[in-house]
Amino acid sequence: MTVTETDRPAEIGSEPGSETGTLTVEVWRGKDDGRFQSFTVPHRANQTVLDIVTWIQRHAEPALAYRFACRVGVCGSCAMTVNGKPRWTCRTHVGKVAEDGHLRIEPLRNLPRLKDLAVDMTPFFEKWQAAEGRFHPTKTRHDPLSTISPSSAKRKAADAGIECINCGVCHAACDVVAWNDDYLGPAALNRAWTLVNDERDGGKRTGLDAVSRSGGCHSCHSHGSCVEHCPVGLNPTRGIAGLKRMSLVGLLTGDAG
Amino acid sequence: MRLRPSRNHPGFWAFTAHRISGVALALFLPVHFLLLGTAMEGAAGLDRALALTDNPLVKVAEWGLVVLLAAHLMAGLRVLILEFLPWRDSMKRLIALGAAVAAVVGVIFLVQVG
Amino acid sequence: MIEVRLYAAQRLSAMVLAPLVIAHLILILLAVEGGLTAAEILDRTRGSVGWALFYGVFVLAAAIHAPIGLRNVIREHTSWRGEVVDKAMIGLGILLFMLGGRAVLAVVVG
Repeated sequence: MTVTETDRPAEIGSEPGSETGTLTVEVWRGKDDGRFQSFTVPHRANQTVLDIVTWIQRHAEPALAYRFACRVGVCGSCAMTVNGKPRWTCRTHVGKVAEDGHLRIEPLRNLPRLKDLAVDMTPFFEKWQAAEGRFHPTKTRHDPLSTISPSSAKRKAADAGIECINCGVCHAACDVVAWNDDYLGPAALNRAWTLVNDERDGGKRTGLDAVSRSGGCHSCHSHGSCVEHCPVGLNPTRGIAGLKRMSLVGLLTGDAG
Repeated sequence: MRLRPSRNHPGFWAFTAHRISGVALALFLPVHFLLLGTAMEGAAGLDRALALTDNPLVKVAEWGLVVLLAAHLMAGLRVLILEFLPWRDSMKRLIALGAAVAAVVGVIFLVQVG
Repeated sequence: MIEVRLYAAQRLSAMVLAPLVIAHLILILLAVEGGLTAAEILDRTRGSVGWALFYGVFVLAAAIHAPIGLRNVIREHTSWRGEVVDKAMIGLGILLFMLGGRAVLAVVVG
């Protein structure tokens, strides 16, 4: 389907910019039993994959379902599969991922499809909770603030994993998530790792138990696909290895099991 | 079948080698033990079992198992290093080194047999 | 917790196996030169406490290591789940230990 540009004012997905030909974009339509629909989209300088999806929805297929919010790589809601790899689409330049002017955009893997490019993130966040991925306070507002040295080993370990934006890219990239329904996944385990290293968190025992059940940290086989694809450069594999070590120490010292 | 692009990185290849070699070795172990068990009947019994390797197909399988054992060892060392030693970003070079060691073991075996 | 225990058994057996496998590989590469004979093998192993220990530990560690690995493979690549897999793997471990133990006896004692 070829669509010509209208003379609407500039808006998301049609920022002014030099047009440099067209792209052939295949977009997944429907749910599990859907199909690819092909669009011809004008290619502009500095165009992101999210710009492409938005252009299609504004100019060619108003019924296209997809999810985005901030457009600047903070909210973690626009992840999709682009030419086979999970990516944050708002910070992915078309020029870097298009192959011969061709893009194939699909919903994220390993999560239930809702419609077109939107997936149901519920299982992702349920696993986050199952991994005890939440802070367990030990103080009240009347207590003095904790003093945590930023240079302590534990704080450094926590800091290294704290910038997760919950985009689900690692979850979609992980083979073990695909193979084992119980597996908590790299994002949830990375969060658990930051918490067991947080000196203020009061849930370390429950946290370590939560990631030691079937489908916990021991299910990770260190493929490292999460590290390869994390858009903000986190290393869940390293954190999960830390959880494994911690659980082993717990077992050998009689602190767990 | 086309390889899924998100899988095309050394860590995935190391895992794949680890898994395939592991399954093959686990299946081979009982056979290995049964063949060695023929030494119960003395050297003659074991020699009859060893004569199986005169078959070129068995020879190739034997070579394959030696390479798989080396590959499983190196992939296993990767996991142990990754989990029990301080993190290093040079894991990908270690994977290449492991593959090279497995290949060298295969070549030496061929030279020695030939 | 069972997962932690299996993980510990898997990694500890791997740490035992790693040096043994290295020695085994070196031995294979040295021994295959000019073909293997039973006399060569049995001359080395018969009556040797050292080789009995080497292969005894080897068999025990492998009998622990292989079933735990296969358990992961089965759970991840087949629809086979639950206690029946665990029982089958315990059975495999015992089988490997008995067959391996018999092989060690065969080459050491005869």
